[in-house]
Amino acid sequence: MKKDLLGIGDLTRDEIYLILDTAEAMREIGQRPIKKVPTLRGKTVVNLFYEPSTRTRTSFEIAEKRLSADTLNIAVATSSVLKGETLVDTAMNIEAMAPDVIVLRHASSGACHVLSRICRSRVINAGDGMHEHPTQALLDAFTIREHKKRIDGLKVVIVGDLLHSRVLRSNVLLLTELGADVWVCGPSTLVPIGVERLGVRVSTSVEEAVKDADVIMMLRIQHERMQGAFIPSVREYFNTFGMTPARVSRAKPDVIIMHPGPMNRGVEIASEVADGPYSVILEQVANGVAVRMAVLYLLAGGVED
Amino acid sequence: MAKRLLKGGRVVDPANGRDGVFDVLMDGDRIARVGHDLTVDAGVTVVEIPSGLVVCPGLIDMHVHLREPGQEHKETVATGTAAAVAGGFTAVACMPNTSPVNDNAGVTEYILKKAAEANLARVYPIGAVSRGQAGEQLAEIGELHQAGCVAITDDGRPVATAMLMRRALEYAGMFSMPVIEHCEDQTLKGDGVAHEGFHASALGLRGIPGQAESIMALRDIALAELTAGVVHIAHMSARQTLDAVRWGKSRGARVTCEVTPHHFVLTDEMLRAPIAYDTNVKMNPPLREPADRDAMLAGLADGSVDVIATDHAPHHYDEKRVEFDHAGVISLSRLVELLSVNPARILRVPGGSLSEGASADISILAPDLHVTVSAAAMRSRSKNTPFDGWKLRGGVAATIVGGRTVYVNDEIGLSL
Repeated sequence: MKKDLLGIGDLTRDEIYLILDTAEAMREIGQRPIKKVPTLRGKTVVNLFYEPSTRTRTSFEIAEKRLSADTLNIAVATSSVLKGETLVDTAMNIEAMAPDVIVLRHASSGACHVLSRICRSRVINAGDGMHEHPTQALLDAFTIREHKKRIDGLKVVIVGDLLHSRVLRSNVLLLTELGADVWVCGPSTLVPIGVERLGVRVSTSVEEAVKDADVIMMLRIQHERMQGAFIPSVREYFNTFGMTPARVSRAKPDVIIMHPGPMNRGVEIASEVADGPYSVILEQVANGVAVRMAVLYLLAGGVED
Repeated sequence: MAKRLLKGGRVVDPANGRDGVFDVLMDGDRIARVGHDLTVDAGVTVVEIPSGLVVCPGLIDMHVHLREPGQEHKETVATGTAAAVAGGFTAVACMPNTSPVNDNAGVTEYILKKAAEANLARVYPIGAVSRGQAGEQLAEIGELHQAGCVAITDDGRPVATAMLMRRALEYAGMFSMPVIEHCEDQTLKGDGVAHEGFHASALGLRGIPGQAESIMALRDIALAELTAGVVHIAHMSARQTLDAVRWGKSRGARVTCEVTPHHFVLTDEMLRAPIAYDTNVKMNPPLREPADRDAMLAGLADGSVDVIATDHAPHHYDEKRVEFDHAGVISLSRLVELLSVNPARILRVPGGSLSEGASADISILAPDLHVTVSAAAMRSRSKNTPFDGWKLRGGVAATIVGGRTVYVNDEIGLSL
């Protein structure tokens, strides 16, 4: 594997499978009474979060602790950004204390690439702007594989705010690499220009998109999108694109419903769907820890650095 | 200053229909004669120009940011003009988005004083359209004109409203000054940072469509038709804008346009490779897609583009030479039109020809020189360029302003 995990594009197909297979072993650790192995003992991992995050930060932290790494969380408040220290300066200061891994979440696309160029530490992208969120896509693939035993040939439909979603980009790269038939669906105002060049089918009809789907993956709609005139109202969005039981019934009977969270119930997804029997949303969260353990182990766990 | 004879170079002087081996006699700060095998008296210094070098009217870069006053850490009049003459430019026109803005005679005079002190390239200040470039009230354009401004612009942003643009065109028209427009519909641009297309989408960067530029160009061309004004479209990047200019010209509208080397050489593919998120390829307007780049090259060749200007980095003559002269897109004569004849005509400033009696502003080019761009070696105070490390063909042998040699390339070593 490369030094850093900046995006799914950094991984070969074999490396993706290696991570998924390693995650199987890691999940077993989480089922033990003593959920800790010494794999990363003596390694320091810094979780540098420039955006608020509960799920992803907690998931990384638990993963790091289960591997016995020394972890440190830095939530960079907006105020210290306003004080004028740049990302590069902050990173250089952290780097001076010789951590082994920096896990970065940042609002700017490409922030991890900047860090990667200046840091000896390994950099893991925990979400950069509208660009990528590779560990999310890996845990999604892990969850899909667990249920469907394969990814190749599955119809996976991703519905929601495609334009602003880093989850979308990482998932599209990963799922198309592994041979899934990926459909993306959302209002035209929220479809990235040229997204079909990534090898996906684009539809603005959710009824068409979900037909015979094996997997439906919902993306969050942010309320501030209404101000940008991307969509007229929450009500209209739910009417047109919201995942309702009726729409789910067009998919395959054994369809699974996924959501990276946090969910807006009644906006992109009806509660009956979110809590329904086909929902694997909480499994995704559980699998996130195992997948992040696998990534940390594969990047930082080797003897050779 | 004594008489000097440039002997035996290939003279490219499209304004006078010359392209061939001629001698150029300079008398002090003027061009005295141009002809074949001129005989001269004793006492005239004869400079033999090796074959392969080109003698042409001094290049004029009509779109630079000298950053002085106010942002001297980026550039000064002295460093900017040093870079200019090293790039073969005998004159530059500098944008008014300094701090304070060049919206009054005091700032214009300050820039001209700094230019006189530097005493390298000629500097033509461009004034602001609106006070503080705030887009509300017209700047005192008459006073700017008197102080030495050759055009007006709110560059860095577009002229805010159609009404203000109309008034600016009408008012500047009285002084025969063009209004140079930074075309960008701010609402359509939004918070975009890169060309709207596949590469920006893949990188998760917010896009700016070409239409953000062409819509404004169409507005301005319509307003040029409505008024007696002249509009010059700056740093054109989108093929739709070039179409708008062609349409305007076909209707006889008073519109001219310029394109920068980065927009006719580079594309948005550089956002991803060789280095993803390389901020050296982040610029405004953004690098666009290959169809846009190709349209710019076609416009350079077919005459619809009037001017090549650098938009800031004044050391890029060498880049401009690449990709088209040797590749056969345009002739050397057309290049001199783009870089000298047309800027002089549009700004109504001296230069653009080697006519007898004209000021001796002369660039001596070395079309076959191999040049490697080095950000570190640039004379500008700013060392950022997307062309760092590029190996190019074509350089500058020497630059003469008003009969004075202001730059000699040591690699060629003309004894000027």
